[in-house]
Amino acid sequence: MKIIGLIITIITGAFLVYAAVDFPAWADPNSPASTYLSPYFIENSMKDTSVPNFVTSLLADYRGFDTMFETTVIFTAGLVCFILLRISGGKEPETRHYRHVLTGVTVTLKEGRKIPASEDFERIDDLWTPPDLIIKTGCRLMIPFIQLFALYVIAHGHSSPGGGFQGGVILGASIILLAISHDLRTALERMREKVVAILCPVGVAIYAGTGTLCLLLGLNFLDYSALASVLHVDPISARSHGILMVEIGVGIAVMTTMIWIYNNISSAGKYNQGL
Amino acid sequence: MSELIPTIIAKYNYWIYITLMMIGLYAMIAKNNLVKKIVGMNIFQTAIILFYVSIGVKKGATIPISTGGHGAAHEVVHAADYLNPLPHVLMLTAIVVGVATLGVALALALRIYSRYNTLEEDEILAKIRKK
Amino acid sequence: MSQQYPVLIVIVPLLSAFAISIAGWVNKRLCFPIIVTALGVAVYASVGLLLTVLEKGVVIYHLGGWPPPVGIAYYVDHLNGLVLVVVSLVALLNVIACKKSIELEFPDKAAPFYTLYILMVTGLLGIVVTGDAFNLYVLLEIAALTGYGLLAMGEERAPLSTLNYLYMGTIGACFYLLGVGYLYIVTGSLNMVDIARLLPPLYQSKAVLAAFIICMVGVWLKMAFFPLHAWLPNAYTHAPSAASSLIAPLVTKVMVYVMIRLILTVFTPEFAFATLALNNVVVWLAVIAIVMGAILALAERNLKKMLTFIIVAEVGYMVGGAWLGNRAGMTGAILHIVNDALMTLCVFLVVDNIVYKVKGYAFEDLQGLFRKMPFTMGAFVVGAMSIIGVPPTCGFFSKWYLILGALQAGHYGFVAALIFSSLVSVVLFFRIFEICYYEPFSDHHGHDHPPEPMDEAPLLMVVPLLIVAVILILVGLYTGDIVNHVIKFAIPEGLV
Repeated sequence: MKIIGLIITIITGAFLVYAAVDFPAWADPNSPASTYLSPYFIENSMKDTSVPNFVTSLLADYRGFDTMFETTVIFTAGLVCFILLRISGGKEPETRHYRHVLTGVTVTLKEGRKIPASEDFERIDDLWTPPDLIIKTGCRLMIPFIQLFALYVIAHGHSSPGGGFQGGVILGASIILLAISHDLRTALERMREKVVAILCPVGVAIYAGTGTLCLLLGLNFLDYSALASVLHVDPISARSHGILMVEIGVGIAVMTTMIWIYNNISSAGKYNQGL
Repeated sequence: MSELIPTIIAKYNYWIYITLMMIGLYAMIAKNNLVKKIVGMNIFQTAIILFYVSIGVKKGATIPISTGGHGAAHEVVHAADYLNPLPHVLMLTAIVVGVATLGVALALALRIYSRYNTLEEDEILAKIRKK
Repeated sequence: MSQQYPVLIVIVPLLSAFAISIAGWVNKRLCFPIIVTALGVAVYASVGLLLTVLEKGVVIYHLGGWPPPVGIAYYVDHLNGLVLVVVSLVALLNVIACKKSIELEFPDKAAPFYTLYILMVTGLLGIVVTGDAFNLYVLLEIAALTGYGLLAMGEERAPLSTLNYLYMGTIGACFYLLGVGYLYIVTGSLNMVDIARLLPPLYQSKAVLAAFIICMVGVWLKMAFFPLHAWLPNAYTHAPSAASSLIAPLVTKVMVYVMIRLILTVFTPEFAFATLALNNVVVWLAVIAIVMGAILALAERNLKKMLTFIIVAEVGYMVGGAWLGNRAGMTGAILHIVNDALMTLCVFLVVDNIVYKVKGYAFEDLQGLFRKMPFTMGAFVVGAMSIIGVPPTCGFFSKWYLILGALQAGHYGFVAALIFSSLVSVVLFFRIFEICYYEPFSDHHGHDHPPEPMDEAPLLMVVPLLIVAVILILVGLYTGDIVNHVIKFAIPEGLV
C-alpha cells in the first residue's frame, strides 16, 4: 500500500508542478485574479454597503448566498454527529456513583437507585478526577470576559477583522471551557441539550429568513435593499443592517454547533461525564 | 537553466502548497491508523486553503479593510492598496467545510471504535473477515 | 412569483429542513407532512421552471440583486431544467415510499433523518441549478456531508464503508476546488458563463489544461467512474433502505450532470474534445467500467450489492457516451441521466419493499416472492427490462442513442461493451426471476402444500413504486418528444 501511495503521490505532484509553470508570480499586482473582478469590490464596498471591511461585505452581501449554505454545512455537521452518536436515555437501570464532599467517600448505588440532590453528595462517573480549585475558579472568572469579547467580535465585524463565524466560535469555546474545567454535567445545566439543538437551526433560519423577507418584500432573494422599507433607512444603510442581522444568525448557529459537536464526541453520545 | 532559478524562486508559494498537499495525500493512502488518515485529510485541505490565500497577495498592499473607517464614504479607494478580498472569502467557506468534514469523520471513527475496539485498518478488516 | 422559481426550488426545502429539525424536538408527527409539502413545492417549481425555459429560453436569476460576475447568478437552461424535474420527482416519490421503513429502522431518530434527507435534496437541487463554480462546491459539500450521515446509519459495517467513502469524496471535492482555483488564477472570475467567455485566448496555457484534468478527476471520484469506483458498492449496500434508495439514483447522476456542464458550458466542446487527445482514453476506461461492472455483478449472491455494481456499469455508459464527442452520444448520455435515475429508483424501491417484509436481501431470502409480493415483483420486472434495454421501456432508447453515437464515432469497442452488458443483465435478472418464481423447497412429498398467501408491502410503499414503473414506460414512449424539444437545445450547435 505504501508503494502505491508513493507512486500516486509522485505522479500527482509532478503533474501539479508542471501546471504551475504558467501561473503568475507570487504577489504580482497585475495577475488576472487581482485585476479583473476584485477591484470592483474594493472600490465600491463603501459606496454600495457602507461597510469598511471588504471581506465582510463580500462575504455577507455580494456572495451572501454562499455564506448561507456554508452555515448550513456547519449545521449539518452538528446534526450528523448527533444522529450518529447520541444514545438516548438509559434503557436499563444504571449504576450511579456519588461522592461525599466532606470526607471523600464514594458511594455506589446499583439498579437505578438515586440520592436526591443535596449539598453533601455530588454525582461522579468512572473518569472522575479530583477538582483543581485554581483551574475551576480561574476559568469561571474568565468566561464572562471571553463571551463579551466574542460579542464584540460579532458586532464589530463591519470595521475590523471579525464577523459571525469568528465570534460564534469564541462563544462556543467559552461554554466548552466550562465543560472542560468543571465537567460536562455543569455545562449541560447551563445550556441544556434541547436549547442547543433548537437554537442551531434557529440561527441558520435567521439567515435564510432575512433573505426570504427580502423576497417577500418584492426584490430578489438576499437583496438587503428591500429592507429599507421595513427599517426606515436608505437602501445603503439597509444593506449594512442586513449584513449585521445575518452575522448574528451565523454567530448563533456556529456557537451552538460547536457546543453540540463537543457534547456528542467527548461523551460518545452518553452525555455523562465527558472529558 | 539560468532563467529557471528566478522562476522557481518567484513562485515558491506554489511549491510549498504542492508539497503539503502530497504529504496529506500520502498519509491518506498509505497510513494504517484511521486517525492518521483523518489528519492527512486535514493537511490536504489546508494545503488548498494555503494555495487560494496566496493568490490574493499583492506587493505593497495592506489588509482589505478601508483605512478611512466609517467616515470615508466619499473618499476614493485605490484597488492596488488593498489585498484581494475574494480568496479570503472563499477560504472562509473552505475552512468551515474542512471543520465540518473533520467532525463527521471523527464521529464515524468513534462509532467504528465502539464496534470493533481498534482503530487500525488491517485489524478491523481481519475481524470482519473472521465473521 | 414565477420569476422566483429558481430560488424557490432551493429555499423552500432549506427552510423546511429547519422546521423539521425544530419539530423533532417539539412534536414529531409534523415532520412527514412538512417534508412532503416542501418536496411537492420543489416539484411544482421545477416543472414550472422547465416550462418557462421551453417557452422563453434561458432563465437567469441574480442573487442579492448583484449582476454577474459581481454576484452569484443562477442559470437555468434546457439541460438544468430537465435534471431538476427528475431530481425533485425522485426525491418526492422516495420519501413517500420510505416512510414506513424509516419508522421501522430508527423510531427515535426519524426527525434528524428527515432533516438530513431534505438537506441532501437541497444540496443536489442547488448543484443542478447554479451557474457559479464556487457555489457548486459549497452545495457539493452539503450533499456529501448529508450523504455520509444518511449512509452511516445502517447496519454494522456501515460506519467503516462510509468512512472510506468520506476519504474518496473529500479528495474528489478538494480536487474540484483546486480546479476552480486554477481557473480563477488565470481568468479572475468564478461565474461559469464568464469563465467560458474569458478562456478561449488561454487554451494553450498549461494551467487551463491542468484545471480541466483536475476538475474531471475530482468529478470522476465522486461519481465512481472506473478506476475510482471502489467505495460505491460497500457504501450503498450497508446503508439503511431509505438512504440507499435516495442516494443511489441521484448522486452519481448529478455528478454526471456536473461533468457534462463542465464540458459543454465552461470548457466548450472544442477544447474538451479537440485540443486534448483524451477522448479515446476516457471511452476505453468507460468500456472497462461497463465490462467490469457487469462481471462483478455476476459474482454477487446478494441482490443489493449486485444492483450497486450495475450502477458502476451505468456510470460507464454515461461517461463513455458524453466523451464520444458527437451529438448522438451526448444525447444518449443526457437521456440516460433521466432514465437511469428512474430505473435505479424503481429497483431500489423494490429492494426496500423486500427488506421491509422479508428482512434480508440475499438470494436465499427471495424465494417465492412472485406469489407473495406480486405488485412489487411486477414493478421489478419493468425495472429489469429497462436496465436490460427492452422497448418500450426508457432504457432501450438511451442505449439506442449511445450505440448510434458509438457507430458514428467509429468506436466499436463501446458498442461491443454495451451489447455485452445487456446480455449479462439478461442473465443477472432472469436468474433472480427464477429464484423468485419457485417456492422454497418443502419436505411434504406428495402433500399439496397450500400456496403462501399474498403478503404485500403496505400501500404507502407499493403505490409510489407502481407510479415509477408506469413513468418508466411513459418516458420510453415519449422519448422522441423529450429529445426533440429539450435535449436538442441543451447541446450547443457546434457539436455534430
